[in-house]
Amino acid sequence: MSSVLFAQVQRAVTSTSLLQGLAAGAIRSGTSVLFASLGEVIVERAGMVNLGLEGCMLTGACFGFVVAFRTGNPFLGLIAAALAGGLFNLLLGYLVVTRRANQLASGLTLLFLALGLTSLVGWDYVGKKIDGLSLIRVPVLSEIPFLGPVLFEGDVMSFAILPSALVVWWVLYRTRWGLAVRTVGESRVAAYAAGLNPDRIQYQALFVGGLLGGLGGAHLSLAYAQVWVPEMTAGRGFIAVAIVIFASWHPVRAIVGALLFGGAIAFQLQLQARNAPASPFLLDMLPYLLTLLVLLLWGRRRQYQAPEGLWEVFRGTS
Amino acid sequence: MNRFHYVRPLPIVSAVAAALLLTTSYASPAQQQVQLKVGALHVGSVNDNGYNQAMHDGLLQMQATIPGIELIEAENVPESADAERVMENMIQQGAKLVFPQSFGYLDPALNVAKRHPDVIFEHPAGYKLAGNLGTFWSDTTDWEYLAGIIAGKSTQSNKLGWVIGFPIPNILTAINAFHLGARSVNPNVTTQVIVVNTWVDAAKEAEAVNALADQGVDVVTMIVDSPAPVVQTAERRGVMSIGFHCLCAQSAAGENWLTGIGFTWGPLFTKMATDVINQTWKSENIVGNLAAGSATFAPYGPRVAADTKQLVEAAKGDLIAGTLQVFQGPIYDNAGTLRVPAGQALNGDDLLTNADWVVEGVTGQLN
Repeated sequence: MSSVLFAQVQRAVTSTSLLQGLAAGAIRSGTSVLFASLGEVIVERAGMVNLGLEGCMLTGACFGFVVAFRTGNPFLGLIAAALAGGLFNLLLGYLVVTRRANQLASGLTLLFLALGLTSLVGWDYVGKKIDGLSLIRVPVLSEIPFLGPVLFEGDVMSFAILPSALVVWWVLYRTRWGLAVRTVGESRVAAYAAGLNPDRIQYQALFVGGLLGGLGGAHLSLAYAQVWVPEMTAGRGFIAVAIVIFASWHPVRAIVGALLFGGAIAFQLQLQARNAPASPFLLDMLPYLLTLLVLLLWGRRRQYQAPEGLWEVFRGTS
Repeated sequence: MNRFHYVRPLPIVSAVAAALLLTTSYASPAQQQVQLKVGALHVGSVNDNGYNQAMHDGLLQMQATIPGIELIEAENVPESADAERVMENMIQQGAKLVFPQSFGYLDPALNVAKRHPDVIFEHPAGYKLAGNLGTFWSDTTDWEYLAGIIAGKSTQSNKLGWVIGFPIPNILTAINAFHLGARSVNPNVTTQVIVVNTWVDAAKEAEAVNALADQGVDVVTMIVDSPAPVVQTAERRGVMSIGFHCLCAQSAAGENWLTGIGFTWGPLFTKMATDVINQTWKSENIVGNLAAGSATFAPYGPRVAADTKQLVEAAKGDLIAGTLQVFQGPIYDNAGTLRVPAGQALNGDDLLTNADWVVEGVTGQLN
């Protein structure tokens, strides 16, 4: 009897630690994707789709690493990453706002440009060692069982998940500029009639979105892996675009999406580390299956919540 | 024999990188008369702290040893018809010896070799030869056994971890040799394998190390493109690490570094170039090993104890002398099947191409 009880207690303890590893891993893995998603929320709210987000992240990851390596200061690296991401998106702005080029094609093309550019710029920095963003343990609070290691142990950017999403929400829904962004996203014509300059606002939205995308990439190279490797974003930019859709263009809901995705990656690795009897290849599909599932479940609500201007992008008329 | 190792998931990505291709030409410093022009194609960056850098370092050593060698290197070359064009271009520049340094270049190299019978090709890890194309590799199985001894003696939790790209025979053989080495000095040791299903996702490799560390694993090693992400994450988690591919992996490490297995191609490449210059080169498949060279250990980290180093030296002597065999029976796999009967020993060659099992004590889902 007591041995049964013991086994149950033991199982509970191990499953708690699975949950803890999972939660901590979800935050570690999800942070980069979340920042990129927040940036994309702003861009899409302004009526644009940036399929080059992967390239924006990669640019941030690369330039952030280079600057952190050169200066020895990861925070200068973060600033550089944000600026690099912002400039990357301004390039997209020239193509799609000023030149009215097809947004989907322009974004993808810029992504491939970024792959080449970052391989070139990062050439000398592959595998180099930096002092990245350090692990911060909040005194006392990080001692709390379960919650402590999950919520009060991390890097600067993972602590900023909730504040950043709230700030983006506040900017979009509580400021004049946010209203302008959303107006342009619904209808450039209406925005113009209301005395706004749609081009300028779209450029601004792209720049701010790029800052966040660059930061997302920098989390990979400065905090998470703390190394620069070409193509290191490995598809996370596209996942961020998907998250924006299933978050119904809402910054706070994007947290759920990013943590689900990050959690799915952590989950399969945690299961493998525990030798769970499941194929690693099957588990590897989990993040994407989950993304698909949420897209399916939340899909119907989309038509009411998508910025009107996006339909024109997909029709190819904008 | 990392044959599937360098096939890129996104050829188009590499093609873009190739658009910005760096073709670097290093003339000998003293500008002596050029005896031999050597071309080399790399699938990635030559400073990846990994496979490609090991190849590059070998070529530089060859150049430093033989006077009058001009080296033409191209990086990020896709494993496609593009590789043929790059080789043709090098031959036009006068290259008489070409190293297509990735497994996926074998067929393009055979095509080019057919068109240029006067040019010599040396390709890593092949199963095909041509009159003017030889192959080479380095079997690190014995080194993995020795690394296992270090891991088995250094661990306090008795839990070792591996991060691998894909569960292919040569990697499973490496894991088996490693675990057998660890078990030879520490019967309580277990080895957990994580398959990340990619060669190049640094963040996922980092998370794999985190997951292993969460389980109390205190020594990790890896076979992925670049050892740097695993080594650095281990360092931050206070987990000991053992590198692979390039001795230079140590530059990414700190006090938790134990050692690393790295290829040392310099002497082999030097011999090949000398043979080409002297016109004594012949086409063959050369496989280095513990005795014959082409790999070694990186310097030990501070956590490797003196008696561990002695154990390694003793085992190294026995392996070279043949009195110790890595796959000496009885060996059971982790499903309980007898794989090597008592009194018999398996040799590495067959395992490197066919192994689909891991030894008792190794855990991990491989398919």
